[in-house]
Amino acid sequence: MKKLSAKQQLRLEKSGLLLALMLPLARIILDYFHDSLGANPVEAMTHRTGDAALQILLLSLAVTPIHRYFRFRRAILFRRLLGLTAFFYALIHFSIYLVFDQELSFGDTFADVAKRPYITMGFSSLVIMLPLAITSTDKMIKRLGGPQWRRLHKAVYAAAVLAVIHYWWLVKADLTAPTLYAVCLIVLLSTRFAWWARQRNNKPVIKQPG
Amino acid sequence: MLIKIIDPTAAREHEVTPQALYLDRRRLMASTARSMIAAGVSGVSGLMSSMAFAAKAYEKVPKGSPFDTNEALTPFKDVTSYNNFYEFGTDKGDPKINSGSLKPRPWKITVDGEVEKPTSFDIDDFIKTQKLEERIYRLRCVEAWSMVIPWIGFPLADVIKAARPTRKAKFVAFTTLLDPVQMPGQKSKILDWPYTEGLRLDEASHPLAFLAVGLYGDMLPNQSGAPLRLVVPWKYGFKSIKSIVKITFTSTQPKTTWNIMAPDEYGFYSNVNPNVDHPRWSQGKERRIGELFKRKTLMFNGYDQVASLYTGLDLKKNF
Repeated sequence: MKKLSAKQQLRLEKSGLLLALMLPLARIILDYFHDSLGANPVEAMTHRTGDAALQILLLSLAVTPIHRYFRFRRAILFRRLLGLTAFFYALIHFSIYLVFDQELSFGDTFADVAKRPYITMGFSSLVIMLPLAITSTDKMIKRLGGPQWRRLHKAVYAAAVLAVIHYWWLVKADLTAPTLYAVCLIVLLSTRFAWWARQRNNKPVIKQPG
Repeated sequence: MLIKIIDPTAAREHEVTPQALYLDRRRLMASTARSMIAAGVSGVSGLMSSMAFAAKAYEKVPKGSPFDTNEALTPFKDVTSYNNFYEFGTDKGDPKINSGSLKPRPWKITVDGEVEKPTSFDIDDFIKTQKLEERIYRLRCVEAWSMVIPWIGFPLADVIKAARPTRKAKFVAFTTLLDPVQMPGQKSKILDWPYTEGLRLDEASHPLAFLAVGLYGDMLPNQSGAPLRLVVPWKYGFKSIKSIVKITFTSTQPKTTWNIMAPDEYGFYSNVNPNVDHPRWSQGKERRIGELFKRKTLMFNGYDQVASLYTGLDLKKNF
């Protein structure tokens, strides 16, 4: 058998990952047609797409620490796909709410977003992710320039924090699941602080001339 | 010319068993098979008892109450697989999955507090003294979904009359079973167990207030609050406490579980009210189970006849 080129190999791996990331959606569609989404299919679809969005967003935030601490350099090659898929699920999540809960009434939706803190949080998270998704092409990275692009994409931290708060604030009594997400997010964010602190300490000390 | 030769062994259109009959037979066979397994291999008596088991307990209870709604019933499957009963888990699929550990028989119910003679009964003796009827009510959950359920039971007013409350009695408090072995959800301190609820005595005496022992012509499944639960159709679902072990008449307003948990979100009254939102979400609309889009929520869940109970009361303050 012919050996794959590095480029072909990467494309294959990315396709595999994309396929895996589409599993939650495939399951929702299958369950819908098998009538096994339960008594409240709209709620089930909303919850499942929200869970998928949050989980994949956290996964995308795990890439950099894995790259840095475990020296798994290839991981970085999959970060964009993870981020975009998280946005994709968040967008479906919001669309279900827009269509089935608000019946496409933009006035009602805006009022709801403004009035309900947990919806404000979720909506803000989605809005923050939008420019990040748009600038996720090679062309845009070039156009913005590396440092500028990186600065813009730091906004993903805010999107993740808002997404977890969104979940936290809608729960009635059992905070187990949101707590789990919050702990994961705190761990992922603290690796950044740790890295940042280390970088600062390791800076070569410039001796003042005596 | 095409000559159609009919295979003499093939079934003809008119010989086909009607689908409803066919499905019914399958259901009967399945439930008989299940109860036979449950009864074990204990010979003829086991078989006999399993046959009796297949019939619905309250099939012959009179139907057609003047309080019935004529809206489409929520399918049995949805009523019994999607509900809140935190004693068995916080997911709405949990009660059906986890309530097998509840033993609704034998069951003792205590009536005490401001009554002439505090008593306690066995549930079956208690039911025998009551005139059972069917009531088809809307149920509106505080989470903005709703159902239409055919309950079997008796008016709460009948029980109140029989208990002969003293003149000091102003409220009725209800308590759910406290037993973390039967109710594994009580092992985690999500709520202040046991679950308690309460009504003003005049609310409890309203002809709409109902105690249910069954639904869809059969005994209450465990997940729906077996063996005895409250049904107060003009209030949010959580007021309709399940698996009741105690009914207490009090002179002061009793503490209620969700009100203890979050007093700014769940009031003592908790009447269905589209004009008073939950602090975190709207109560203006609801999703009827089985429908994709939301419908408008009605004041008192459409039971306007209770309005006179609240004349002069600020329902925004007393939510």
